[in-house]
Amino acid sequence: MAQEEQSSRSIYTDLDDTSSEEEIDKWQRTFRLWRETLQEHWGMLTDELSVKLSMLTVAGFMLIAIFAPFIATHQPLQRQYQGEAGIIIDKWVEPSLLGADTQYLLGTTAEGFDIFSQLIYGTRAALLVGLIAAFFTAGIGTLVGLVAGYYGGKVDDALMRIVDFLYGMPLLPTVIVLVAVLGPDLWNIILALIILQWRSTARVIRSQSLSLRERPFVKAAQVAGAGDWHIISRHLAPNVLPMTFLYGSFGIAWAILAEAGISFIGLGDPNTVSWGTMLQASRAYSALSFGAWWWFVPPGLCIGLLVISGFLIGRGYEEITNPKIQ
Amino acid sequence: MGKASFVVRRTLQLVVTLWAVGTVLFGLFRLMPGDPTSYVVSSQMTQEARQQLIESYGLNDPLHVQYIRFLENLIQLNFGQSFHSNQPVTDIIATYMPNTLVLMLTAFIVAYALGITLGVLSGWYRGSRFEKSTVITALTARSVPTFYVGLIVLWIFGAELGVIPMSGMTSLGTGGQSTGFLDMVLSVDFLKHLIAPAAVLGFYYMGYPLLIMRTSMLEVLSEDFIDVCRAKGLKERTIMFKHAARNALLPIITAAAIALGYAVGGSVLIETVFAWPGIGREMVRAVLRRDFPVAQGTFIVLASTIIFLNFVADLAYGYLDPRVTYD
Repeated sequence: MAQEEQSSRSIYTDLDDTSSEEEIDKWQRTFRLWRETLQEHWGMLTDELSVKLSMLTVAGFMLIAIFAPFIATHQPLQRQYQGEAGIIIDKWVEPSLLGADTQYLLGTTAEGFDIFSQLIYGTRAALLVGLIAAFFTAGIGTLVGLVAGYYGGKVDDALMRIVDFLYGMPLLPTVIVLVAVLGPDLWNIILALIILQWRSTARVIRSQSLSLRERPFVKAAQVAGAGDWHIISRHLAPNVLPMTFLYGSFGIAWAILAEAGISFIGLGDPNTVSWGTMLQASRAYSALSFGAWWWFVPPGLCIGLLVISGFLIGRGYEEITNPKIQ
Repeated sequence: MGKASFVVRRTLQLVVTLWAVGTVLFGLFRLMPGDPTSYVVSSQMTQEARQQLIESYGLNDPLHVQYIRFLENLIQLNFGQSFHSNQPVTDIIATYMPNTLVLMLTAFIVAYALGITLGVLSGWYRGSRFEKSTVITALTARSVPTFYVGLIVLWIFGAELGVIPMSGMTSLGTGGQSTGFLDMVLSVDFLKHLIAPAAVLGFYYMGYPLLIMRTSMLEVLSEDFIDVCRAKGLKERTIMFKHAARNALLPIITAAAIALGYAVGGSVLIETVFAWPGIGREMVRAVLRRDFPVAQGTFIVLASTIIFLNFVADLAYGYLDPRVTYD
């Protein structure tokens, strides 16, 4: 890209000279542009009460995830006691929160694990899956969408056929098959989600950049001799950034829901505790029939709380970017 | 580009997508770790008999031979035989698919009737407390996982109160499928089993049409013809349902077709919680026991439902909205 600009001696010459000092300056300007957009949106976003509450909730969960070892009272996957033949089915400990005389805040599972500690450590799995999957789905989707929309023609056709194909794959069954092939591991679940989920971001960003491409400022940059990558990264990207964030925040919510579902089915990572695996275990040991609600109610509430926060933040952001639906 | 060539192009795309899904599936299932024959072949079997069995499934042929045979069979809708039960996969699909469809369609009818009505009202009474609470309800419905709501419903109404059955589609000893599908569906016992999963799903799916309808209403309400209706002195209720809602309905129809496809594909979880003998649950069980033919067949049915309904949605859009141009 730099060579192209240099050879064409555009009106950008004074701005985009590739000498090292001005290179830094150029990046500074790019970053400033992005930062200003973000700051402006952050200001508008935190005006709304529901968004503020959601952000506090997410921040709270993040703190729990980071300080999990200090908050948890036991190791989440360490048997607290041994029963006959190693596995105890009906001899769980009732929660001390309900007045039982034990050291276990939320009691223990039928396998003898401390429920409270599992809940705390489960936050880590949820946030890990949510944030990483959302980052990559939004990132890949935006990149593909920008390239497809900007170049159009055959590039666009090829990329969008891939997106169409992905749209033909049912989400959970595909992730189930992928995880069965790759092995039940948290990272494989994240990978499977990324492989499938960038489709929606790509479609939306493409249609945005299709219309941006025709706008005067892009035409002006082209006439002035700016390279393709320069236009994509500095003229298109900052304009689609709000959409990327929107889909990113929805992506967090969807990824957490999907991980919980996969784990619930029994394809979760056996070496990691997540809210989904907790629910799966409680189902497997029929905690429902025994009425041990303290085992299966809390993990679901945590999922719901985190996911609705993601949705509300996304929605708040949507109202900023699309004032029509306010 | 005219309408005819759009339909042709879209049909070709449908075929190519189906082929791509099939091919990817073929590859994925052959990459899967674990020896699928170990589930069929018992350890007492002689080496010779074992080889013969593997041979009869064609698992020793080179990959491209297997692939061509796979495509041939796919076109003939022949998905082979289950490793596990030796039943033809087509029979298995024919058994489980109707169960899934009954559950999904019931849930969908409830969800869309409620969702559309609430969406119209919340768009109309914009800015009111009613609007706020419906939006929050819709978002909550979509945030809490369906399988979790299912668990809670089973716990409260099944285990504690004992008013709904804990699992399955029919009670043991009532004959089940043997009495014929229609008789079963119309029985009181079946309805008792259906009500909980259908209500949970209906509550979940309600959020989507509600939010779309609200947005669509807001757009329609800002148009001039609404002012004309008011100027004519029409009753508010007439304007709301006859003029605004009918024009706002368009995005719902295509969204519903697409959502129904994904609902059938996403039937996996709710069927697992309620032990509903549907195609999603069968797919999960087949994957877990490495029963390739069944997993492959059920997956293809789920994927083609989505692909086909997306296709229908695309075509319907052109018929329903004359302003759509094909370019």
